[in-house]
Amino acid sequence: MSDYRIKGETGEWEVVIGLEVHAQVTSNAKLFSGAATAFGAEPNTQVSLVDAAMPGMLPVPNRECIRQAVRTGMAIEAQINKYSRFDRKNYFYADLPQGYQISQLYHPIVGEGSLTIEADEKAGLPEAKRIGVERIHVEQDAGKLMHDQHPSMSYVDLNRSGVALMEIVSRPDMRSPAEAGAYVRKLRSILRYVGSCDGNMEEGSMRADVNVSVRKPGDEFGTRTETKNVNSVRFVMAVIEGEAKRQVELIESGGTVVQETRLYDPDRNETRSMRSKEDAHDYRYFPDPDLLPLILDDDFLAECRTSLPELPDAKRARYLAAGISPYNADVLTAEVEAALWFDTLLEAGAKPAPAANWVTSELFGALNRMGRDLSDSPVSPAEAAELLGLVADGTISGTIAKAVFEKMLESGDAAGVIVERDGLKQTSDTGAIEAEIAKILTANADKVEQYKGGKEALFGFFVGQTMKAMQGKANPQVVNELLKKTLG
Amino acid sequence: MTELTNLTVAQIRDGHRAGEFSAVEVAEAFNANVAGAKALNAFIVETPDHAIAAAKTADADRAAGTLKPLSGVPIGMKDLFATSGVQTTAASHMLEGFVPRYESTVSAKLWDAGCGMLGKLNLDQFAMGSSNETSYFGNVISPWKRKDGGNAALAPGGSSGGSSSAIAARLCPAATGTDTGGSIRQPAAFTGISGIKPTYGRCSRWGIVAFASSLDQAGPMARDVRDCAIMLENMAGFDPKDATSLNMAVPNWEAALSSDLKGKTVGIPKEYRLEGIDPDIDAMWDAGIAMLKDAGAEVVEISLPHTKYALPAYYIIAPAEASSNLARYDGVRYGLRDLPEKAGLQDMYAATRADGFGPEVKRRIMIGTYVLSAGFYDAYYTQAQKVRTLIARDFEAAFGVCDVILAPTAPSAAFGLGEKTADPLSMYLNDVFAVPASLAGLPAMSVPAALNREGLPLGLQIIGKAFDEQGVLNAGLAIEERAGFNARAEKWW
Repeated sequence: MSDYRIKGETGEWEVVIGLEVHAQVTSNAKLFSGAATAFGAEPNTQVSLVDAAMPGMLPVPNRECIRQAVRTGMAIEAQINKYSRFDRKNYFYADLPQGYQISQLYHPIVGEGSLTIEADEKAGLPEAKRIGVERIHVEQDAGKLMHDQHPSMSYVDLNRSGVALMEIVSRPDMRSPAEAGAYVRKLRSILRYVGSCDGNMEEGSMRADVNVSVRKPGDEFGTRTETKNVNSVRFVMAVIEGEAKRQVELIESGGTVVQETRLYDPDRNETRSMRSKEDAHDYRYFPDPDLLPLILDDDFLAECRTSLPELPDAKRARYLAAGISPYNADVLTAEVEAALWFDTLLEAGAKPAPAANWVTSELFGALNRMGRDLSDSPVSPAEAAELLGLVADGTISGTIAKAVFEKMLESGDAAGVIVERDGLKQTSDTGAIEAEIAKILTANADKVEQYKGGKEALFGFFVGQTMKAMQGKANPQVVNELLKKTLG
Repeated sequence: MTELTNLTVAQIRDGHRAGEFSAVEVAEAFNANVAGAKALNAFIVETPDHAIAAAKTADADRAAGTLKPLSGVPIGMKDLFATSGVQTTAASHMLEGFVPRYESTVSAKLWDAGCGMLGKLNLDQFAMGSSNETSYFGNVISPWKRKDGGNAALAPGGSSGGSSSAIAARLCPAATGTDTGGSIRQPAAFTGISGIKPTYGRCSRWGIVAFASSLDQAGPMARDVRDCAIMLENMAGFDPKDATSLNMAVPNWEAALSSDLKGKTVGIPKEYRLEGIDPDIDAMWDAGIAMLKDAGAEVVEISLPHTKYALPAYYIIAPAEASSNLARYDGVRYGLRDLPEKAGLQDMYAATRADGFGPEVKRRIMIGTYVLSAGFYDAYYTQAQKVRTLIARDFEAAFGVCDVILAPTAPSAAFGLGEKTADPLSMYLNDVFAVPASLAGLPAMSVPAALNREGLPLGLQIIGKAFDEQGVLNAGLAIEERAGFNARAEKWW
């Protein structure tokens, strides 16, 4: 249970949060037309006759968009509705050419499902929690108005008009900004694993409507407000924090929360009222007569299911079972690219636990320094596997491995080549090591005395000196054993 | 030489093929008739050049031995079909001057089959009307006159009134129509021609200005049953661009035409016997029954118990869909834009729609908006959909005992222009026999069967099972052969 509470004058308040996430479906074509969907194209260059709602134009469902919604539903273990239907949501706006949005109100394609957010003490999540998903439906996006093109007129860009969105509606199961943030991150991760949405929040591929209400713990739900189109995890959390506080202050000062739609202003970090329930639209939903009900057959569903990749939870469990630490498992599974890279590394023969440590510290550190990410990593999984293999079979030490990795980054050469060329193989030649030990003990007779007198911490000093004398190439195991034997 | 404009589609096709005349001669003859019939106001746009160009191609194809199914046949195109490069208005001010850069599937099929276009035919605005009195471009006048000594201008029916008037007046041998609740059949009946609305989904709706999507269906209008079969063969077919299009092969209806109805059973729906109906209508119906018996059919009485709810259900469902379908005409992207001084977006919408839509269109948008509103949706729209299902079941049950249904097309002969405009309900009542088949998506046609006591044509309607256009056409042919209807309007225009 979340212990997140707003401390008001009348006591503690609990926050209740539900999210409606709009995720743009990854598809080459729009939901009901063949027009392209690339981001950032010149205005009105990706508009078909259907998207512009020319007279007599008709929508035809794009199979790929339907498929992606079904796969997404399967990924959150949701009920897939073999019968679903499209409805028209009627309203007038200049960015909505048809005068209605084709959506699914009465019979959505995906029903009840859920996802799990992991415990994360540092983030304020003491334990893992299941968050219910009420439904996923598919609908059309609208176009975009541009108000900065002309002094007295607004321009319309219809590139987005008709692009497929999934609306993923959560249950009001979240109780803190941290839970909501974790939910969005987890959902984004799943969508990206499935490949049904690129999850790019800056480009608007994913945005959330944030429903917030407050109550005294144990009370009935309070009246909620809905803040529209919030486009980052940080903003989602900020909206919840601010809105919950505003509601508590409002109630405690004798006011009442009104059901309304609000807008978030990131510059001022505050929400403001857009319209209240009283002047809410009557959308006059009714089944779209241009479209037949969507009936999914078993073959289609089977194909959707078999096309699903291993999902974050399953992957995480597999990593944990392979001895990878929970922290590393979380880091490695969060982004699908990292997980796939890491899986390739494992397939190339790397041992899971040391490989996970190396990726999350050495590789990510290096990428961070270089301002690159895994997609343009200078080191391939096969090359990394070779490096890790040299450590695993005792050819080089972990310390030397770091140096070798740096040289790999500088030269692009393979680890084995570098080790060979620079003579970095560690030695287990006891004769050579014993010779150096003898020299060191002679040169540090006083410390030998102290050690023998009980100052055992000096053992590390002897190890260090020996390793230094061996230029780091001595097998630390062997050095330890020989030192113990010589020092008695 | 035979007057070319008196020829049917089949006669033109066959005569041209046989070298009896050139396609250009045919096109010129019809172009001349069109040009000489301004008084009927059947066309919104005349396209003589299109007809001539297609005719030249037809003549060249004949010489090259590459004739197409309808080479040399010029037709009229209802101005609800988008025609590339030719103004397409749906008879509205809203779309006045709108020239699409795309071609409707049905018109494209007809051009591919060799047809030429004589012009875009007038209609009720957005196909909403039963008399062609709602067109922004003026009323279409029927070529028919009552033989009562008066000179009243009569309605050609609607919404395909330009099509019916033009065919009856020999301005074109055939035309396209669309039927949402009788818009092919009723005008055909009013003007003594034939017309068939096929099964919903037979003809693609792509490129047809939408009125009520779940009901709209294109079909041909022509002088006889054979021409309807020929035209329909060249209009129908699966279209992946229309999600409600039927994915079925198009039968060879013309080749299978047969007026021998032995072994067939014809149902006579008792609910269509209306109290106080014009006795001429009942007499025609009885005569039709006798004709079908004569053709070998057995006749049985059937019951379609929910018939009386069809009209109210239709006038909820069709306006509901229309209110949404017409939302796209907002002045933003094409067509009329009325932008008053210092107007904002809402002002522009209001001004554009106030100016761009006629009174009947506004009435239906308001009815449709009302029945879909929160609080009224279940009482009206949901209830109407239930009625629609019951009506479809009525037909299903009836087709358990009969193959086709025979009924009048309309409850009256053509009425005078202006006679019903003051009372929309009496106008809507004119669709009473046509609407049930539309709600059930069934094929139905009207064939001319008799003249009433005023000398005006009356039509009989044949309703068939889904996909059984052949059965409808064959029964129509049996009536056509026996009715011997050959009356035509005397030229006054």
